[in-house]
Amino acid sequence: MADNMKMRAQFKGDYVEVKLLMSHPMETGRRKNDDDNLVPAHFVQLVTATWNGKPVLEAQWGTGIAKNPYLTFRLKNATVGDKISVTWHDNLGKTATQDILVTLA
Amino acid sequence: MQRRDFLLGALSAILLAPFTALAAIWNKAAFEAVKLDEASKALAIDDEIKSDLIHIVAPERAENGAIVQVEVKSDIAGTEAIAILVEKNPTPLIANFMFSNGAEPFLVTRIKMAEDSDIKVIVKAGDQYFTNSRHVVVLENGCN
Repeated sequence: MADNMKMRAQFKGDYVEVKLLMSHPMETGRRKNDDDNLVPAHFVQLVTATWNGKPVLEAQWGTGIAKNPYLTFRLKNATVGDKISVTWHDNLGKTATQDILVTLA
Repeated sequence: MQRRDFLLGALSAILLAPFTALAAIWNKAAFEAVKLDEASKALAIDDEIKSDLIHIVAPERAENGAIVQVEVKSDIAGTEAIAILVEKNPTPLIANFMFSNGAEPFLVTRIKMAEDSDIKVIVKAGDQYFTNSRHVVVLENGCN
């Protein structure tokens, strides 16, 4: 599932900045397709991030996050070589995880 | 605090049973609420204090409501969580971010907006809730 997430973690001096781009339709359940049928809701509900195995972020999402979700967050105590791991779970039970090591900006 | 412990416990359970555990964590009542105050209530928020220490960066006018980039930063000491709501969306609660272990109370994300509306941010710090908002003019409905 590595293609589901593009990820970068850069050390910027005062903090490490993590940028994520997920590949996900984020269907609200209100959109109609070309045949005028409602497209079922399909959206990421939970995103979690860890830093060297410790939880740093837990985000609950609704259908209002834009398609192909984008997220930036910052970690105060992290440094070059640390491991950042991000996992998402959606409402259909699908999930993806990606790890990355912090690099210099 | 109890809620936090509950969430962490549920998180470890996710490894064993992803689907059922996720259903237990996700705040269905808050996310499915169709009114702003119902969503706040479902998040157990009663009293909010207006605060300019919450910084919201968003466009004044969004051409396409399907992608509106929002940056939120809280300078309130002890910020644990940042919730983003869009008052006029069909379901106002967009997201609730919880920070721990040195994660800064800062985020950038992209949201959907149905029409002209305030983006309302609620910050949780200890037992207190703080709020600030920013108005965005939306030219094209992005909530289909």
